[in-house]
Order: sequence, then C-alpha cells, then structure tokens
Amino acid sequence: MKTYLPIFVTVAVLALVPFVTASNVVMNFLVMTLLIALAGQGWNLLGGYGGQYSFGHAAFFGTGAYVTAILQVRFGINAWFGLLIGIAAGALVGAVIGALSFRWGLRGSYFSLVTLAFAEVLRIVASVAPITGAGVGTLIKLDLRPEAFQFQSRAPFYWIALGLVGLSLIVVRGIENSRFGAYLVAIRENEDAARALGVDAFIVKLAAMIVSAAITAAAGCFYAQYFLFLDAAIAYGTWISIDALLAPIVGGVGTLFGPLLGALVIKTLGETTKLVTGGAPGLDLVIYGLLLIAVVGLAPRGIAGLLSALIRPRFRFPSVPEQHHG
Amino acid sequence: MAEVLLCIDTISKRFGGLLAVDKASFNVRPGHVTALIGPNGAGKTTLFAIISGFLTPDEGRIVYDGTDITATPPHMLARRGIARTFQIVQPFAGLTVRENIAIGAHLARPNRVEALAAAGEVAYAVGLSAQLEQSAATLTVAGRKRLELARALATKPRLVLLDEVLAGLNPSEIRDMVPVIRKIASWGVTILMIEHVMQAVMSLAEQVFVLAEGRIIAAGSPQQVATNRQVIEAYLGHGAAARMTSGAGHG
Repeated sequence: MKTYLPIFVTVAVLALVPFVTASNVVMNFLVMTLLIALAGQGWNLLGGYGGQYSFGHAAFFGTGAYVTAILQVRFGINAWFGLLIGIAAGALVGAVIGALSFRWGLRGSYFSLVTLAFAEVLRIVASVAPITGAGVGTLIKLDLRPEAFQFQSRAPFYWIALGLVGLSLIVVRGIENSRFGAYLVAIRENEDAARALGVDAFIVKLAAMIVSAAITAAAGCFYAQYFLFLDAAIAYGTWISIDALLAPIVGGVGTLFGPLLGALVIKTLGETTKLVTGGAPGLDLVIYGLLLIAVVGLAPRGIAGLLSALIRPRFRFPSVPEQHHG
Repeated sequence: MAEVLLCIDTISKRFGGLLAVDKASFNVRPGHVTALIGPNGAGKTTLFAIISGFLTPDEGRIVYDGTDITATPPHMLARRGIARTFQIVQPFAGLTVRENIAIGAHLARPNRVEALAAAGEVAYAVGLSAQLEQSAATLTVAGRKRLELARALATKPRLVLLDEVLAGLNPSEIRDMVPVIRKIASWGVTILMIEHVMQAVMSLAEQVFVLAEGRIIAAGSPQQVATNRQVIEAYLGHGAAARMTSGAGHG
C-alpha cells in the first residue's frame, strides 16, 4: 500500500481545489488539464512504459466520446452506462489496431505512422458517416441531472475527472509493480532480449495497448459529457493525439505522475500563449513544438526526470552508446 | 534419445545468394559442455539464431528433448528451458542489474518481489552482487557479459546457448569468467557455446564441432579438433597444415 500513498495524497489535495475557488475560468482550466492528464496517462502506459510511441491516440479518445454521445442521442441509453460502453469500445479499437500492427511486427516509427493513419481514417469516416452527425456533429441534449452525467456547476465534473485520473494512477501503479509491467519495460528497453527470456512480446504489447486505449477512451467519454458537443475534428482530431503524447513527454515519460505534471505545464503554457498572442491561430502549436524540442534535447526524462536528478544527484547514469545488432 | 538433448538435423539457411548454413548436423548431449567453433563468417551466429528461434531455417529441423522445436518462437523456447545470451550484449540499459535479471526470473515467478529476490541469488552466482542496484548502463563489458549470463540463468534453463560470452574480454577477465561457466555446468545445465577464445574452449568443452562456410567439417574432443588438418586449413588458409608440419623450422 505504501507505493499508492503518493496517489492518495495528490488526489486528496487536488480534491480541495473547488473549495478554494469557484471561478469558472479556473475550474474549466483544471478540468481540461485533468482531461489531458487522463488521455496522457493512457498514452504513457503504452508509449512511456512500453516504448510504443502512438501518434494516434485520438482514435481511442474519439471512439470513447462518440460511443457515449451516440448511445444517448440515438438510442436513449443512460450516460453513465454509455461511459462504460465507451471505454470498452475504445479498448476494442485498441485491440484491433494493436493486433494488426504488432502481428506484422511494426516497431518504432512504423508503428507511430500506422496509429496516425488509423486515427485519420476514423476522423474522415466520422466526418461523413450519418451516425456521427457527419459535418454537423453530434449534440447531446441538455439534461442537467446527475443521473444523466450532467451537472449545473463545474465542481462535480472536476471531481469526476479527478476520480478518473486517480483511478488511472492506481491502475498504472499496479502495473508498475507487476510482472506485466516489468515485461512491458523490458520490451521498451530491448524487445529481442525480452523475447529470449520468455516474454511473449505480442501479447504484452497488445494488452498494454488495450489498457492504454481504455484509459484514453475514458477521457473521450468525459469530454462528450462536459462539452455536450462533438464533431470529427474534435473527437478524432490531431489535437488530442498531440496533447496525449506531449503531456507525458514533458512531464516525464514512463513515470507515474509525468502525464499529470506535463498536462499542467502544457495547459498553463497554452493558456498563457493565448493571452499574450490574443489567440493567433497556430501559435500555440509553435510553442508546443519548441517545448517538445527543448524537452527532448535538454531533459529527455521530462520534469519528473529533472526533479529526481536534483533530489538524488549521485544517481547520474553516464549515457552509454546503444549497441545494435549487426 | 536420452543421450541427446538437442539434435541439429541437416539445417540450411540462405540469405539471398549466400548459403550461410549448409546442411549442418550435430548433437548436444545432456549435462555436457559442447562448443561450436569456426572462423569468422562460418555461420555460427546464424545457426544459433535458428536454434533459439530468432530465425527459421530453409531446410532441416531442430529436435529438443525428443520434440521438434523448429521455428518455435523464442519466448516459447525459453519456457521449455532453452536460454540464450547475445554476442552483442543486449542489456535493458534503463534498468538496474537486479531488474534486468528479474525479467528472466519472472518466467518461473509471477510475483514481482519473489522475482527481484531470486535475481539477487543469481547475481551472486555470477559475481554481480556488488552491482545489483546499479543501472545496467554503468556496467563494464565484462559486467555486461556476466549480466547476459545471469539473465539467461534466471530462467532456470536446462540448456544454455552462450554466444561468445568471452569475446571482448581481456585475459584476466577471461580467467575470472571461465570458472563461472564451469560452475553453471556443474549444476547439470547443458551448455552449447560459440567461442573464439580457444584457451577457454580447450579447458571447458568436452565435445567440439567446427563450422566452416556453413558446414560442419570436424567433430571430436578439443585436442582432436585442434590437430585436425581440415580445421587448421579452415582457419589459416589452404595448404597451411602442410606448411606447418613441413616448415616448422621457418617459424
């Protein structure tokens, strides 16, 4: 239980925020931050721990969002139940994409590009398919009752988002402490060596992809309920693929709190940029790009890596050139 | 079949126009140390990759403990008790030595704490106790070779395939490493080793097979193989054996 203590402390402290401020601007900012942290934690499991860099986590986010919305709008299914189905649907999409890419042994940038392609295909399909509302989008009817997963004020949304983030932290910490987690990290470090030691790389990567997709899909479901509107560019847009990978990379790739930390940094930076530039289109992406270059170049293990290096300066590992198979 | 643990049966492997392994056949007896030697480019590592499931042969089959294991994926072989090391060491560089070895130990122990504890015992056996909590990236070449060995042993194998575990070590490091291999053999683990360091082959191996240009050209005890004319010619060039016997005075 000791290893879960930091999670409980973090969640408990963050849960107090709505008692300190009731400002809609602040709450909105924090909810979006938690949403990115959740989507990013999904990416972090597969990319950070497993070393499989996906450029298309929008595929899972969008699926979660659309399934939750469409079930309510077209089939009158309860939103809470829709949330569960949405998560399951996201996991299923993860299983399909994972099975196809890992079956054919796609590694490194090939895997990244295939995930990007899948997300784009889904975006295009969603922008023309009648069931998603095509170009018009899907609007969830306003129904401000907790039973319908809609709330008058922002605070309940904030607590639910925080709860989901807390749950994702517990899941990932549990994986960290398990054989599955150890195998996942071994595959990231050296897939062939892992296979020689009895690791079924296909199954481990596939399982990671499914859990990863489920976590990111949960963020999508939440998004649908929070904004009550979806279109293809929102649900399957590259913005969420980028945010989901940028948050953990900035915060500390393959670390438990990296996505949360990174989400806070990139959202703060994004909002500041908007204030300074008056919302000039695309400028926030320029800032993101520069940030990514800075992090990868100066602090490859992100903020969490920097912090642990400051706290334990004796544990500095010299970088050794990688040896590759001839 | 009790006398044969691993049977390599007319294995061939072709890479485009290059016939890397050409109908190679040999047997590994249980509880013995068998060495596979041969000049550079003879096809030893290719043959190892085939045995360990990383490559599939174009022809022939591998029989392990009475069952055909040809083209079985590496992780399944590991579960059947076949472990390997890599010639070019493949540490999990971002992990500590203990965590590295624990990946192997997890094969038999699903529990994380038990696997990490078992890793400590294996590290002791190969002389890595002092480096347990260090990052694998900080190890010297000799340390990394030991780590390769430790990870393979942690899977509790019946058969270990050692791909040049002594290559790149200096003479004193080799002197330290040879007893470790002898200790593993003394536990009853069958060892098949590829080795270039002849001094080690002579002192460790009971049976030696010589691979040249993809074919097994000689077999026997280390002494028999070392004096075999074909073997000398494979290493030193055509006519070398004759020059050595006739022209000893020139040297």
